[in-house]
Amino acid sequence: MKAPTASGVSAWIRDTSVYRSIVRHGVADTNLNRALVVMENLFLHVHPIKVRAKTLLTKHTYWLGGITLACTAILYATGILLMFYYHPSVPQAYRDMKELQFVVDDGLFLRNLHRWGAHLMVFAAFAHMLRVFYHRAYRPPRQFNWVVGVVLLLATLLLSYTGYLLPWDQLAFWGVSVGTNMVRAAPWIGEPFRFLLLGGHVVSENALLRFYVLHCVVLPVTLILLVSVHIWRVRKDGGVQGPPEPSAPLREEELP
Amino acid sequence: MKRRDFLTMAGVGACACAAAGAGVVTLDFLQPKVLFEPPTRFVAGTALEFPEGTVRFDREHRAYVIGASGGVYAMTAVCTHLGCITRFLSDENVIACPCHGSRFDLEGNVVHGPAPRPLPWIEIKPDGAGNLVVDTASLVPAGTIVRV
Repeated sequence: MKAPTASGVSAWIRDTSVYRSIVRHGVADTNLNRALVVMENLFLHVHPIKVRAKTLLTKHTYWLGGITLACTAILYATGILLMFYYHPSVPQAYRDMKELQFVVDDGLFLRNLHRWGAHLMVFAAFAHMLRVFYHRAYRPPRQFNWVVGVVLLLATLLLSYTGYLLPWDQLAFWGVSVGTNMVRAAPWIGEPFRFLLLGGHVVSENALLRFYVLHCVVLPVTLILLVSVHIWRVRKDGGVQGPPEPSAPLREEELP
Repeated sequence: MKRRDFLTMAGVGACACAAAGAGVVTLDFLQPKVLFEPPTRFVAGTALEFPEGTVRFDREHRAYVIGASGGVYAMTAVCTHLGCITRFLSDENVIACPCHGSRFDLEGNVVHGPAPRPLPWIEIKPDGAGNLVVDTASLVPAGTIVRV
């Protein structure tokens, strides 16, 4: 019997009736069908049908946007799992955090993955922003996407900040006390906005619940919508832009 | 085998192993280690507290401890129909379920449907210090009366 090869196995999968009922246009053997595979799939359609070889070079993007997106995926997956054990109430929140660390199987691993993933996401988002800036990718026609990216950076920072309160330990409590006191400095709206944010005048059980809802519902939904727009705009603006082409040397009559 | 085929299979295989491992670890993670439920064993009291004709309903542990002639027995209070908690109606001397109207006599037999089975009897035994200990997780055959 001949050993099955990878291409043989994938050809067999693509021939099954289940696969054919999902991908209705047959095997991706022609350019048209390759395009249809991408365009007729909700998850793939943000992908370009064809990719220029040079955009795959590491120095083209350093994969920084991709790393940020991968962190987002890890944070959603681990965050949903952590929610199975976390009650946003006092003093249960701190106990749940300790239970995750010391009792639940792999709880410490998941919690640390969530925490370090968040740190890496902030770092990668900043590095991505710098990369875009130094590659001049904020210029037209990409100026709109630059603005979306700035809002995404803000959402990332707010997600990190709202997550900071949830362990309900001393670091969280005082970190959020200090941070929300900074909100006070905003003229006129500072005081009322802080009151709304905390659900009171001090960091209390209301604040924990509000930060939890922001952290687990409001900001993640906002982030997913904006990331969708962000990636869609990359496609519409002509794909990722790498380092600018070196300009041609000046002709002799142009020299100063 | 071509190098490309080998690398494809190695890559797909590594991803499959990682996915399977993540699945196993996730299932393990979802098994709770601490349960916020009342313990199945509880002390019902001393034998003297259950003279013949006494029916005591323990709301927290969902069980009846009943004094019979010459002994004591215990029965679950969870209806065998769909799991509601039954009540003892002393004026009718019957155990009734508020959800769908099932009725049981004091030995757990179904007097009126829709309950499909009698109420199971549960273990009750003296602990050596004069107390009777009930274990709601341990079923015993109907008619198992502890002589005291």
